[in-house]
Amino acid sequence: MAVHDHGDHVHPDHEGHAVHDAHAPVDDLDHYQPESLLMEQALRELLIEQGVFSAEDIQRQIDLTESRTPALGARIIARAWVDPAFRAALLEDAKPALGGAFELDLANTPELTVLENTEGLHHVVCCTLCSCYPRNILGIPPAWYKSREYRSRVVIEPRSVLKEFGTELPSQREIRVVDSTADMRYLVIPLRPAGTEGWDEERLSALVTRDSMIGVSQALAP
Amino acid sequence: MSGAPSPAPLAAGTAVQVRTGAPLTHCRTPQYLRGKRGVVLRALGRYPNPEELAYHRPGMPPLTLYQVEFDAAEVWGERLHEAPYRITADIFEHWLEPAGLPAAAAHDMGASHGRA
Repeated sequence: MAVHDHGDHVHPDHEGHAVHDAHAPVDDLDHYQPESLLMEQALRELLIEQGVFSAEDIQRQIDLTESRTPALGARIIARAWVDPAFRAALLEDAKPALGGAFELDLANTPELTVLENTEGLHHVVCCTLCSCYPRNILGIPPAWYKSREYRSRVVIEPRSVLKEFGTELPSQREIRVVDSTADMRYLVIPLRPAGTEGWDEERLSALVTRDSMIGVSQALAP
Repeated sequence: MSGAPSPAPLAAGTAVQVRTGAPLTHCRTPQYLRGKRGVVLRALGRYPNPEELAYHRPGMPPLTLYQVEFDAAEVWGERLHEAPYRITADIFEHWLEPAGLPAAAAHDMGASHGRA
């Protein structure tokens, strides 16, 4: 197996699999296991051979997943900022609200709850058990979200973790760490930045980052 | 399976305690919350039991899932080294019991729970 020498450490070369996210505040200790790739390939080929699903089905699912990106999430958040009725519907029952307003087919995707950050309460989402993430809206989670460090630290020292993401909250703002441990997925509406009064949705959506919808960051300042 | 499904979901604000125990089989109740006391924020609906689904069983009848909120001080005790905050986690009904039971009476899910 080819390895790269990084000076202080080496790790396997696996094309296209970035173990380190340049954005990550913490090292990802869960090094990629080539054996699991072989296992996935063997299982996939067997399932196709047995007619459980086709290669085309897999490709369709990959296309669908890749069509869901933080840009979609940003449009949703911007709409929620400017349209109080949509925001209320989104907070009340997210999937029907999104199905109606964004024509998203969320029928065969996990349940979704949208949480609103306010001046008094900040939500930050994690999954301590694995990597549960609102993929039906945001697509593939960032590598750091799945790292053992993020998952184990955010529930015991959220303010320190947020600080490493450059997020310093006022001391009086309460933090609620949302551990998505089962069938529900969570998406955060970040606080709308000050100084954006009168902005339209498109302009606002440029301020909404992926990380602000996870809750490790706030929306960008204008 | 221990813990029969409850007929009506617990109301928001109900004080609960997560059961203790360490099943060797798949479950969705994080270790760090076992035995901890919290409050029901809301019922999230009913879902097939993941402890059964993991072993290719139907997981029926579905169980009510709750978003439960915990104080960090309750969860971490003396290990807490930041200003107070709250944690929520989604816990299935059979892992919850009324809060305030003496430790001896608290139901232990045991090490064999979920096995065929």
